[in-house]
Amino acid sequence: MNEGSGALQLVLSGDPALYNIVRLSLVVSLSAVALAALIGMPLGGLVALTRFPGRALLIVILNAFMGLPPVVVGLAVFLLLSRSGPLGSFGLLFTPTAMVIAQAVLITPIIAALTRQSVEDLWVEYRDELNAMGVKPFARLITLLYDARVALVTVLLAGFGRAAAEVGAVMIVGGNINGFTRVMTTSIALETSKGDLPLAMGLGLILITIVFAINASAWGLRLYAERRIG
Amino acid sequence: MNFLKIVFTATALSLATFSSVCAQDKTITIASTTSTQDSGLFNHLLPAFKAKTGIDVKVIAQGTGQALDTARRGDADVVFVHAKSAEEKFLAEGFGVKRLDVMYNDFVLIGPASDPAGVKGSKDIVASLKAIKAKAAPFVSRGDKSGTHLAELDLWKAAGLDPAGGKADWYKEIGQGMGAALNTAKAMGAYLLSDRATWISFKGKDGLAIAVEGDTRLFNQYGVMLVNPAKHPHVKVALGQAFVDYVLSAEGQKVIADYKIEGQQLFFPNANK
Repeated sequence: MNEGSGALQLVLSGDPALYNIVRLSLVVSLSAVALAALIGMPLGGLVALTRFPGRALLIVILNAFMGLPPVVVGLAVFLLLSRSGPLGSFGLLFTPTAMVIAQAVLITPIIAALTRQSVEDLWVEYRDELNAMGVKPFARLITLLYDARVALVTVLLAGFGRAAAEVGAVMIVGGNINGFTRVMTTSIALETSKGDLPLAMGLGLILITIVFAINASAWGLRLYAERRIG
Repeated sequence: MNFLKIVFTATALSLATFSSVCAQDKTITIASTTSTQDSGLFNHLLPAFKAKTGIDVKVIAQGTGQALDTARRGDADVVFVHAKSAEEKFLAEGFGVKRLDVMYNDFVLIGPASDPAGVKGSKDIVASLKAIKAKAAPFVSRGDKSGTHLAELDLWKAAGLDPAGGKADWYKEIGQGMGAALNTAKAMGAYLLSDRATWISFKGKDGLAIAVEGDTRLFNQYGVMLVNPAKHPHVKVALGQAFVDYVLSAEGQKVIADYKIEGQQLFFPNANK
């Protein structure tokens, strides 16, 4: 059985276990993107529009943290959520929630740093206009984030791609529990360790296809939006 | 960073509420080893347990050392592992209530089909390890404090050798699970120690073969322990004890004995013996 046909058979068989794994992957990574966007976008916008001591350092930190190693993030969140850790009483370790938190930590810097860049570019363009109109700082932030929305779709996609692709963090904080915290990437790691390389590769192809489909639809949406906005 | 903190606390709180609602259902977490999971034993055992008791089991499959650490931190209700000395240490530290034998199988020395050390068919694991050392044939070690790794180190000790400390270049510590070690050994044409269950269920055997088996020193005992609620009050004592009782019961022992791959029995129950 070659890799391609293995993946195809899996998809065609409509295996409910596979369906659940794919669903959990999407739920976890999309939730992480939503949470990270909620924090990262306003943060990035604020850094772009305000001047304060340590701003340059914060920008460097945000940019550097775009390359946070997932396994380190996983370990930090693990220590935080473990029963022996400071947030242990919530009992969140080895749950999908823990995976969402870990991925959100991982991609918040990506979203914040890229948002800052987009908003700052726009700010240069609109500064005089917004100043002349006497727009208040908070309204400026909202205006510019709204105006940058097409670019921000790409920012979200970058975050989603990173979240959906990583295995180090979700393996540690999720525990790869069958039917509960098992996602695409941890399944691939598991099948590799079982020596079933064709199945692992097949799952990999499915994952790539899904990420591709999401990117393609977002790109289509962007083209459509650009045409509408003009 | 206060904003971050607030968002996280709020999220954690709302999700904790959600998960504590979920915690009402009967679910326990077991820290176990890769061999019990990768061999498919849990897929066979847990549905039978659930049918009997209605309890859902979440399995975290790690090396024995890591599984015991997970339980030490209070992140599991039950441990089900295979390294008696490490388990007894865990018990002595007060993290376990009581250690009970569940089942056994054995380790096998796997090697490349070409058998460069000429040990194939031997029943003497210690002499075989000496032969591998003498020929400087490649050897892959788990290097991850798993039960199999600890067993391997004991066997080298029995052979009076210390390749791990001696930095021998034919001895590769890869720090990964059993399956990954088998993949690596296959790619390197190396020998390695594996538990028989993982070997039988491993799907990429071609190029590898059993070199040494049947030595009494290759015995591999699995034990089960309830995590001590005195150390971790949130441990689900009743549900965890139900699992321990089940695997030790005549019924649970039979379910374990009945698990076969291609006609081969993977684990041999030996509770209360």
